[in-house]
Amino acid sequence: MKSKTADRIATAVFVVIAIMITAILAGLFFYIFIKGFKYISFDFLTSPSSNVRAGGGIRDQLFNSFYVLFITMLITVPIGAGGGIYMAEYAKPGKVTDFIRTCIEVLSSLPSIVIGMFGLLVFVNTTGWGYTILGGALALTVFNLPTMVRTTEDALRAVPRDLKEASLALGVTHWHTIKTVMLPAAFPSILTGAILAAGRVFGEAAALLFTAGLSTPRLDYSNWNPFSEQSPLNIFRPAETLAVHIWSVNTQGLIPDVEAVSSGSAAVLVISILIFNLAARLLGSFIHKRVTATK
Amino acid sequence: MMEKLLLPAKDRLLKSKSSRLDGEFRGKLIVLLCAAIMISATIAITIFLGTKGLQSFTKNGISFIEFLTSTKWNPTDKANPAYGVLPFIFGSFAVTFLSALIAAPLGIGGAIFMTEIAPSWGRKILQPVVELLVGIPSVVYGFIGLTVLVPFIREHAGGLGFSLLSGTIVLAIMILPTITTIATDAMSSLPNHLREGSYALGATRWQTIRKVLVPAALPSLLTAIILGMARAFGEALAVQMVIGNVRDMPSSILDASATLTTIITLNMGHTTYGSVENNTLWSMGLILLIMSFAFILLIRYLSSRRKLR
Repeated sequence: MKSKTADRIATAVFVVIAIMITAILAGLFFYIFIKGFKYISFDFLTSPSSNVRAGGGIRDQLFNSFYVLFITMLITVPIGAGGGIYMAEYAKPGKVTDFIRTCIEVLSSLPSIVIGMFGLLVFVNTTGWGYTILGGALALTVFNLPTMVRTTEDALRAVPRDLKEASLALGVTHWHTIKTVMLPAAFPSILTGAILAAGRVFGEAAALLFTAGLSTPRLDYSNWNPFSEQSPLNIFRPAETLAVHIWSVNTQGLIPDVEAVSSGSAAVLVISILIFNLAARLLGSFIHKRVTATK
Repeated sequence: MMEKLLLPAKDRLLKSKSSRLDGEFRGKLIVLLCAAIMISATIAITIFLGTKGLQSFTKNGISFIEFLTSTKWNPTDKANPAYGVLPFIFGSFAVTFLSALIAAPLGIGGAIFMTEIAPSWGRKILQPVVELLVGIPSVVYGFIGLTVLVPFIREHAGGLGFSLLSGTIVLAIMILPTITTIATDAMSSLPNHLREGSYALGATRWQTIRKVLVPAALPSLLTAIILGMARAFGEALAVQMVIGNVRDMPSSILDASATLTTIITLNMGHTTYGSVENNTLWSMGLILLIMSFAFILLIRYLSSRRKLR
């Protein structure tokens, strides 16, 4: 009977652990949303932030977050997809491939603050750009590249062998097969992976602290010339993103309504990431259904 | 259109062999370049941070031994500056180990729940929960730690609230999903005949888990814990917001403390680039880089052991 009792106790313990993990998540979400929702208003989302007075919004930070994300993905997706294609299709087992795998592993396990420091050294000081959106995006590319490479590689490897062999048997060259047969078949998984990676980039702050900076110049949203100082599209201007904003108002801010601004920002940030995750799932399964005719 | 049709079929359908092969070569070159970018990024990070991190020893003449073993950190003292980072190294290791101590049983327990106790409905609930926990950005964890955990500890456990304990708890929650995900993969990749063999011998579920499944998955479970620890060691902003950032060695878990990452985050912005204090921050960054290599080596060692089995 003793082992039966031990079994029951153990089962109870595991159930309690599962409940605890779920409760942690529920508590976090409950707190973020209950506290954050009451500060989110149209005004909060569309007015500029203030350094000293209460009542600032997050207009510029929100724009910066999406813009930095956009630039990052613009650089990461082609390079990451290229690297993934190389690893899945061209890399032969051997020392070089092992070394590339080690590099991917190293890059993916680097703390984001270390990548931020590398960005500060190279993209801020060595190039002489100062804090820029481009510098931030390049640092985030280093941070994001391993994920993108792995996603692409896994997606290509999951494409049925028959497809590739049929194409090669028709006399189509290897690269042409990759371009016209493999990549379209792997597209849904690559897209899902890219959107999930985007969610991760969206919430990243430590790598941006020393690369994109803690300030945003006065922006003129009617100015669409990307080379103008005041244009929001200028990639050589400093840009504080939403995640960095939450950190900076809490640790170095002077505004009296820290709690309100950061609760609201945190809620907006988490909602955005939830939307990314949801979009990745829905879009992935939708495209999968369209191209493969499965139910 | 008409002109095209006038051409012989051979010319229309077969593009010249050389152009197709050119495309082949170009494509291979492009993807090779992409792979080369990753190699060069890794090497560049190592070289740049390595040389910059060593400057405080080579250029500013700080003793390497003193840097690692002295507990006195006072770089702003003009007459007698001290550059001992031991308290921060200690803080980093303390929060890493303590948070792993909390998160490992929870994470592995959650994994066992998903794979052994309730593989159908339990997994359907817990899997998305874990994925959502991964998605929450670290600053949000830090912010909640700052507004909920710090006041709670201040009122119920004493001290300032900004403490090693707050940092530990925030990190434990942050690395929990990492550990759970990898541990779940490890448990579910165990061959089913292990379970069946054990049940056939009359073992209860708990006996099967404890005597058969956990030992079989042990190297992978350790990998999960180490990956979690690597994440905890490098996490900066969330810890910085709750740990208090003092330069003294903490004497209890309720004392404010600091880690390598928090000191870098805090001081990088307002020290002059190239000054001695700034250079010591880069040396701390180098320690982080070396530790992250060490974690990878440890994981490699464990996975080579896993293959031997």
